[in-house]
Formats: sequence, structure tokens, C-alpha cells
Amino acid sequence: MTRKVVITGLGATTPIGGDVPTMWKNALKGVSGAHTLEDDWVAKYELPVHFAARCSTPALEVLSRVEAKRMDPSTQFGVIAAREAWADSGITEVDHDRLAVAFATGIGGVWTLLDAWDTLKEKGPRRVLPMTVPMLMPNGVAAAVSLDLGARAGAHTPVSACASGTEALHLGLDLIRSGKADVVMCGGAEAAIHPMPLAAFSSMQALSRRNDDPEHASRPYDMGRDGFVMGEGAGALVLEAEEHALARGARIYGELAGTSVTSDSYHITAPDPEGLGATRALKAAMFDGRIQAGDVVHVNAHATSTPVGDKPEYTALRAALGSQLENVAVSATKSQMGHLLGASGAVEAVLTVLAVYDRKAPLTINLENQDPEIPLDVVTSSRDLPAGDIVALSNSFGFGGHNAVIAVRSV
Amino acid sequence: MASNEEILAGLAEIVNEETGLAPEAVEMDKSFTEDLDIDSISMMTIVVNAEEKFGVRIPDEEVKNLKTVGDAVSFIAGAQAA
Repeated sequence: MTRKVVITGLGATTPIGGDVPTMWKNALKGVSGAHTLEDDWVAKYELPVHFAARCSTPALEVLSRVEAKRMDPSTQFGVIAAREAWADSGITEVDHDRLAVAFATGIGGVWTLLDAWDTLKEKGPRRVLPMTVPMLMPNGVAAAVSLDLGARAGAHTPVSACASGTEALHLGLDLIRSGKADVVMCGGAEAAIHPMPLAAFSSMQALSRRNDDPEHASRPYDMGRDGFVMGEGAGALVLEAEEHALARGARIYGELAGTSVTSDSYHITAPDPEGLGATRALKAAMFDGRIQAGDVVHVNAHATSTPVGDKPEYTALRAALGSQLENVAVSATKSQMGHLLGASGAVEAVLTVLAVYDRKAPLTINLENQDPEIPLDVVTSSRDLPAGDIVALSNSFGFGGHNAVIAVRSV
Repeated sequence: MASNEEILAGLAEIVNEETGLAPEAVEMDKSFTEDLDIDSISMMTIVVNAEEKFGVRIPDEEVKNLKTVGDAVSFIAGAQAA
């Protein structure tokens, strides 16, 4: 008998809200978190992209100065989201030896790494801070969250580029099902709005260049889409064995019914044009959760707003869901908050859980002229999800050919 | 050259910046580890910041001898005089 795993706590800090209630309210209203960057390094380095989607609440408004000093910005976001999720779960007593962490990042402490490199060049090795290594290591966020919660059943850091956050949930589900933990703090965090990653993503023509109109730059499925918008932030979810949650009378948002991870083995960055890896991931997550196509009513799509990326996901959804796809409300929430890279899967998981719990789909903004090759039912205005037993899926795909899918069932 | 009082005040500022401890808690007879709960990583950060602030060099092998705030003040004063 497979252990059932439920979601009992949610946390987030994002470009459209510094906590879950604010983010969710905005996600249902449809706002843009993308703005022109005022930093002097934009002009100094003549960056081709002048905008991004920064977190709406700076980490230093939440954390103390001393606390923040020992954390890379990505870890700061992760800790903020994890604390909110933990408080939201209402857990007051837990066996710390049965509490694990699966907290992902795509890049890790890139600000710390590059700041330390600048310091070395400008001031010499003596001025490179002793906290540099623990701050830049990609497992820094999982370690900080584990320290914060007293989690001693393992602190894991899945790294699979933009699929990382979703892969953390895949791992968390497995940790509980296999009996290694009863409660897992899952999530993803990213803070890479730094001139180097902006330059690097620009070089590969991945970022939108709509510099004169940042709020309308992230436009998944629109004919005018020209790349993604860099975002930052974190999302966190408390996974709990159902019997553990029931025993303490927890509020249950939904069941993490199934997850999957597949790899394309096709190209280092380009998605398989036929979406074969994504199709296998969708089918595997549905199989894992004993889900029929007819159960699925909502998809939070990966949909980054790149010309080449959005279409294969449609192909995969069509292959996995068949004619049921016509009854599926699809949300592309990166239209609002940009692409949070390794955090995106975690934040989108929070949105997917809330969609099932509140029976409302978040909005896709900036869709003016839908690509006729992607005939999805995209949610562009307020939409209720049906009553009864429902399932929602969330997809994430990452450079390297990583595909990850989660399935959330109503309870 | 700074007086011992000035060095103490400067050190207290650096310790506050790194740990959040109130500057008035940083007194001459206080042990960095026992009384102020400063770990080795914070200690190295404080040392490097003190080097910059007071224009001295505190060799790594000397750091383990700086048990109290007073030890550090004396070392910095001596290094400035040298």
C-alpha cells in the first residue's frame, strides 16, 4: 500500500507578492512583476536587456541584517518562503529525525560567487569572506532551511536547471512514500538577476528584448513572444504523510498524487521538437498518481514565452491528454512573474495547489494574438474550476533536457 | 594611531556589524567564543575587517591567541605602534 502524501503548508516570495496570500490575489487578478532595472550596471555593461522581475518584497524587509549577511540572496528567499510554509502548516510538534528538506536551486549562490571574485581581483585574497563557500554552494539553501527547522532526515538539493523546483517535489514525495521521512519541506529558490547571467541568457537569445515595455514582455503563446523574462524568488510546500496530517488535524490543501522526471537526451538546451520527453513525463506522473486523462482539468504550463519552447509542451499535452485537453484550463503564470528558473517549479506548484484548493485558475496575461499552432484553452480571464474530484498538473522543463511533472488531486 | 578606547569602540562596531551584538556588550575582559558566542568564521571576518579599519596585519597564526577583546585591542595597538 503506497503511502498517501498531502500538502499542508505553502510559502512564497515572488515578483507578484512577498507572501502566498498576496501572490495568489495578484495571480487571480493578472499583474506583471516585470520592471525596468534601475541598477547602474545595466548601462555600465551595456546589457542588451534592461528589465527583469524582482521580488516585490526585498529580503531585507523580512530578515534581520545579521541573518541576511550569512546567506546568498537565493538562500534568503528560500528561508523566507520555507518559514511561511512552516507557519502555514500549523505544525507545532514534529519528530525532527523524520523531517527532511528537498530544496532546489538552478544556479545557487551566483551573487556570492561573483562578488567574491570581484573582491579577489580588486582587494586580494585576504578580503574574500570566510563565509563565501557556504554561501555560494548550491546546497546552501537546503542546508539553511534544514538548520532553521531542525530537519535531520536529510537535506537534499535537486539541480536540474528550470525543472529543479518541480524535481524537489518528486524527491519529497519519494522520501515520504519510501518511509524515510514523515514530513518534507520542499521548495526552490533563485536569485540570479545579476549582470553576468543576464548577459549569458541574452547571448543565447533566450531573453525578451522588449526593453521599452517590460510589463508586456513575458507573453507565452502569443505570436509576439520573443523570449523569457528573468525573475527571482522562492516557493515552498510542506509535504506530509496523510496519516501524520490527519493525526494532528491539519488543514489539507490537496494530495500530491503523482510525480515524474524524465530526460530528453536530445540536445543540451533545445527541447525535443516533438516533446517526447515531456510526453513521457506527463504520462508517467499520471500513471504514478493513478490518474485518467478525464480527471485533469487544469495545467500550470512551463510556458516561458520563448518562440521555440512553448510549442513542444502543447504537443506533449495533446499526446498525454488526448481529446480531454479541450476541457483543460491552461495557465501560463510566467506571463505575470517571469521565469524564476530553479524556483519556478516550486512557485508554480504553490499556484497549482491553490488552484485545486480554491477551484480557481490563475491568469495568463499579455495573450493578444494566440499562436494558431498552440490551440490551448488559455485562462485569460477569471475562471472557476469544476466541483468534484479534480486533478491539476504542473510542468517544468530545464536546460539539459530535464522534464518534471507533478499531479495535484483535490481532497 | 588610535587609543585603546578608540580601538575598542572600533572593534565593537565591527562585532555589531557581523553578529548584531550590542556594541556596549563588547568589553575588554569578554572572551570572543565563551562570552560573545562568536564562531571561527565570524572571528575571521572580524579580523579582516579590523585589519582594514586599523591599517594593521593580524597573521592567521596570531588569531588563536586573541581570546578576549582586550587581547585584540592590545595586539592592534602594538601593531600600530610597530
